[in-house]
Amino acid sequence: MATATAVDERIARTSTLTRLMKRPEIGALAAAVVIFVFFAVTTDTFAKSQGAATWLSGASTIGIMAVAVALLMIGGEFDLSAGAITGTTGLVVGILTTEYGLNVWAAIFISLAIALFIGLVNGILVMRTGLPSFIVTLGTFFVLQGVNLAGTKALIGQVAIQGLSNVPYYDQAKAVFGASIDINGDAAGGALRISVFWWLAVTALATWILLRTRVGNWVFAVGGAQTSARQVGVPVFKTKVGLFMTTAGAGWLVGMLLVFRTSTVQAGTGVGQEFIYIICAVVGGCLMTGGYGSAIGAAFGALIYSMVNSGIVYSGWENDWLFAFLGVMLLVAVLLNEWVRKRAELAR
Amino acid sequence: MIGKSTESKTPSKTSEVTPASVPPPVGTAVIEVKDIGKRYGNIIALSDVSTSVRAGEVTCVLGDNGAGKSTFIKILAGAHEHTDGELLIDGEATTLSSPRAALELGIATVYQDLAVVPLMPVWRNFFLGSEITKGVGPFRKLDVDEMKRISKDELAAMGIDLRDVEQPIGTLSGGERQCVAIARAVYFGARVLILDEPTAALGVKQSGVVLKYIAKARDRGLGVVFITHNPHHAYPVGDRFMLLRRGKSMGDFPKSEMTLEELTSMMAGGAELESLAHELEKTMGADSAIAQEMKAEAT
Repeated sequence: MATATAVDERIARTSTLTRLMKRPEIGALAAAVVIFVFFAVTTDTFAKSQGAATWLSGASTIGIMAVAVALLMIGGEFDLSAGAITGTTGLVVGILTTEYGLNVWAAIFISLAIALFIGLVNGILVMRTGLPSFIVTLGTFFVLQGVNLAGTKALIGQVAIQGLSNVPYYDQAKAVFGASIDINGDAAGGALRISVFWWLAVTALATWILLRTRVGNWVFAVGGAQTSARQVGVPVFKTKVGLFMTTAGAGWLVGMLLVFRTSTVQAGTGVGQEFIYIICAVVGGCLMTGGYGSAIGAAFGALIYSMVNSGIVYSGWENDWLFAFLGVMLLVAVLLNEWVRKRAELAR
Repeated sequence: MIGKSTESKTPSKTSEVTPASVPPPVGTAVIEVKDIGKRYGNIIALSDVSTSVRAGEVTCVLGDNGAGKSTFIKILAGAHEHTDGELLIDGEATTLSSPRAALELGIATVYQDLAVVPLMPVWRNFFLGSEITKGVGPFRKLDVDEMKRISKDELAAMGIDLRDVEQPIGTLSGGERQCVAIARAVYFGARVLILDEPTAALGVKQSGVVLKYIAKARDRGLGVVFITHNPHHAYPVGDRFMLLRRGKSMGDFPKSEMTLEELTSMMAGGAELESLAHELEKTMGADSAIAQEMKAEAT
């Protein structure tokens, strides 16, 4: 790039392909295509409608979180409590409705308020103490994990919610968060879950905010150079706290999608997922150091994760190979992202 | 989500400084400092500094490392509040509590690190914190084309012809980035421009380019505060020189009372140089080249 500038100062026009190649999500898109083709060719069910419905459904809930976590990572922070929040919100709804007979919609809004409050606490703690968000949210993660398990046991005497489908207005909430459409008109053809549409909507909204609004500009700025951003008048505190609340809000949405998909929720839901969100975001082009990344990329990252997850099952391989694959993907993605960043930062 | 929570609390009017502010007539004092000082606990970082910044003039603040230049500009920029003396802006005693407050009074600071985000495109950096939007309510979005056009035009007016404002600002040279930062401050209606060592990290040619923009900003009616330790950079563009040494002012001189030679010698600290020459003579021998040179310089 540097030599090109020296040779020809005026570049007449860049082709659409060249422009595309510069996008952060291009690596994840290419990998997703390769993985899709591979499993579509080597297994029978992968590319059929019921197979696709399975991995799309898996990608949707991971994807919503990965997109929110990507925004936060572009803003220069991590959230390790993001997985546990999906469990917390689901449990709150389950316990309030089945144990205390609260209206299901009221319970849903209370759980949203709780999620946003957790995000607010995360954000304020990180910004006020100046501690790395990795440590602060590791703390909230353990707190939530403990509260989810011990609190649930203390309140209902068991570790899973039961009988949620019998509470009044359950069908309404199910229609919003847990519905599915049968492909080809019958259940055997696979069912496309409503969570997939939520995922698409969240990805589209996040991309629009990131690239076309002032807030999006600020997200890149606070992640890329916080001091500089503050100097030119970007509200750093509000932006970062807003990002933590967004991640927590996404955790609430996924919590609702999970609880109304299965009409039950385990006290351990979401624990262990937080790193998968981060991996998906990084595979999608987010820098670990902030300031660069893409929401669409994170959605592709989740798609890759879910396709491999299903593909391994359809291929009849040992399931645990998934983790080895995840590790390799993460390392490759980080190296690739670092290379892209160096090229962008150092080219003169 | 974040679109609502942060955007609604920050209406565009407070953060968008209107570009078309009318500059006051040349020579009007915008900022006056009278015996200003700053103490951190029992440490006196700066004391008894007086000078003025006038529209259409360049006030140079000269001093060696640790002389108190940074403290002085931080007071003007709103990063630190002064503890002694008076800061008059448009004749009114003021304490600047934040960079934002300074910005709202039309005092813009271009820091050494330039306050740019290296990975972001030039146009996004140009408008960062003061983005132009169109549309209403939740559909309010960035006016990308307008911002690209303005940043390209404004940079062209400053003599920087970028082939692509979409390129990350980290890919520009140091001088170019400096000029983007200056152009940005000028566009956003700064009446006073504070430049913190803009030529420190630059080569001879790039420094010349930056000095040209300082002159250009002055000709547009801005008051410029030019911080430097190089009298050869300060003298050609400066109208007024304030020298700092060890946290104290050595005086505030209009250009008519000062020649480049006097400025250089004061900067170097004539008396101090003489004792340094003497010391070198003792340790390295009277005939050593460096001691001879120091002696020549001091006298």
